[in-house]
Amino acid sequence: MAWTGLSIGLDALSYGMVLFIISIGLSIMMGLMRVVNLAHGAFAMIGGYLASFALKNAGVGYPLAIVLTVLGTIAIAFPLEFLLYRRIYRKSDELTQILLTIGIAFVIIGVANYVLGPTTKPIPLPPLLSGPVDLGFRMIPAHRIFVVICGVCTAGLLWLLIDRTEFGIRLRAAVDNGDMAESLGIKTQILFSATFALAVGLAAFGGVVGAELLPVEPFYALRYMVTFLVVVSVGGAGSIPGAVAASILLGLADTTGKYLAPEYGEFFFYLAVILVVFLFPNGLLGRRH
Amino acid sequence: MSLRFGLAGAVAIATAWMSPAQSDTIKVGIIGTMSGPYALFGQNFKYGIDTWVAKHGSKVGDHQIEFVYRDEESPNPAKSKSLAQELIVKEKVQYIAGLYFTPDALAVAPLLEEAKVPMIVMNAATSAIVEKSPYIVRTSFTMWQNTVPAAKVAKAKGAKKVAIAVSDYGPGIDAEAAFKKTFEADGGTIAQSIRMPLNTTDFGPIMQRIKDSGADMIFTFLPAGPPTLGFVKAYIDNGLKASGVKLLSTGDVVTEPDLPNIGDSGEGILSTYHYAVSHDSPENKTFLADMIKAGAKPDEITMASVAAYDGARLIYKMVEATNGQKDPDKALAAVKGIKWVSPRGPVSIDPDTRHIRQNVYLREVVKQDGKLLNKELQTFDAQPDWGLAKN
Repeated sequence: MAWTGLSIGLDALSYGMVLFIISIGLSIMMGLMRVVNLAHGAFAMIGGYLASFALKNAGVGYPLAIVLTVLGTIAIAFPLEFLLYRRIYRKSDELTQILLTIGIAFVIIGVANYVLGPTTKPIPLPPLLSGPVDLGFRMIPAHRIFVVICGVCTAGLLWLLIDRTEFGIRLRAAVDNGDMAESLGIKTQILFSATFALAVGLAAFGGVVGAELLPVEPFYALRYMVTFLVVVSVGGAGSIPGAVAASILLGLADTTGKYLAPEYGEFFFYLAVILVVFLFPNGLLGRRH
Repeated sequence: MSLRFGLAGAVAIATAWMSPAQSDTIKVGIIGTMSGPYALFGQNFKYGIDTWVAKHGSKVGDHQIEFVYRDEESPNPAKSKSLAQELIVKEKVQYIAGLYFTPDALAVAPLLEEAKVPMIVMNAATSAIVEKSPYIVRTSFTMWQNTVPAAKVAKAKGAKKVAIAVSDYGPGIDAEAAFKKTFEADGGTIAQSIRMPLNTTDFGPIMQRIKDSGADMIFTFLPAGPPTLGFVKAYIDNGLKASGVKLLSTGDVVTEPDLPNIGDSGEGILSTYHYAVSHDSPENKTFLADMIKAGAKPDEITMASVAAYDGARLIYKMVEATNGQKDPDKALAAVKGIKWVSPRGPVSIDPDTRHIRQNVYLREVVKQDGKLLNKELQTFDAQPDWGLAKN
């Protein structure tokens, strides 16, 4: 029984970490820049497609492919930032944001479906990460251990970046009072662009390392969007520890449900969401706006 | 001036009104997954039909046949029903065909008798569909048809305790029932029976559950599409394959376009199915060559194209029998009991159930000339739909 618990916990942790890596970018966009970016899943999907192309067609190694993917996705997203997103940062009209970003998501889905076809695109793993690893009490896919490590590193580095660096201090100042920050000589436009790039890069990174659990196909962009939004709202927008806690909690609810009562589908996942949002209307660690 | 134009216009409208009645075009509405995650199979419908038309011409006698495509997208009964209504009322189709998903086929079925439109099901695989209207005939397969041989194989391979994991919807439940009934009748035990929600992508917990149940074989069905890949990978990566648990499935789980994605670790997976692209027969060789001529990519040909190709044959036969008139009873009578050699092997339409009788093959995933394929090992001759045969 104890082994079963631990076993579920491991699956939950790795699923939670995938959710975390993808959702944290969205959380940053929503919490720090007040943009409800419904195209976030689309950027994760672009990351997955680029990685698939780099690994299968261009034949580069897995680590290099991840780096190229993140940079490539940012490069693709940059014109969108310059032409569209720049206009909606910190604007309070949420309807405009939603219409714009969901429109972008639809365009990306349409293009992906037309150009790359509707089938799932594989992201081949290097031998080191594929196949099972024997932990003694159970076998676990090696890839899941890698995902957990990626998640922990991402959380740590992001916390350092936002809480401990000059960039983080300036960003938080610009978020809390943009006009004041501007008059003190902080170039908020550049800060926001950099943060957008960070969020998109994280989405792409998550799209690649999470592809085993969330397979890359054109409808990825919207299929998992609800899940990502749920993680942000349960964790509290803009909070890194909140997003970690929410991802693990929701991963645990989903995985336990699947193990013990698979026929209930996502019942336990959404039950956990309802309970948390009922008890913490601003998310587990969210700030009141 | 204006009067003359008015007159000319009236004449033009009158001619336009008259002409369809004279030219005699028979329309066939195809409802298939033309876009979305299952678009590959809608495209396969189209390629299968195009291949038939390229080979046999677009005319039956003096009647021009025109295929009109509509997009079913996903399991969406309400949409499929309204598409069928539109095809019947606006396009005035004489036949409806296609239908990838069971719920969609069931939604269209009640319209057929009143509209006097026969329907040729080219995929949806729940047994009960053909019972919903006397005007339905099916050229694909059913879960019972493919699963009963699977249970026999499980027994023959020495499996004692089998865990069943199926997608939680009509065909999945049919597969579960068919396997359970056949395997238990042969003296086997079912260790676990898991119904997985259709949108499951993370199969890790399910694999762990199966492993804990002590089963020595898994029988699974998921609809061909993105989730099957995740299931097979989870089976391999969670160490079930390494620890000797065998995987047996219906062919939906190892469709040819997915094999390269499953990769070499998929070698040895057993499945039972009515069609393998690698099927070794002159009919299949010609069919594949014609498909490629019609524009299909060799790596994207699936069972749906064969069902559509054979479905088009039935439609031509029906048009011929009715001489282009709307007479569903006569049309159905013409195809009941009809026999021919399909690219998948010898087939016939069972006169009682209106479902296709065909060989079911046991196949194994093997690598030949650097390419993964389903190699046929054993043939179960002329299988009926066991689901209907027993009721």
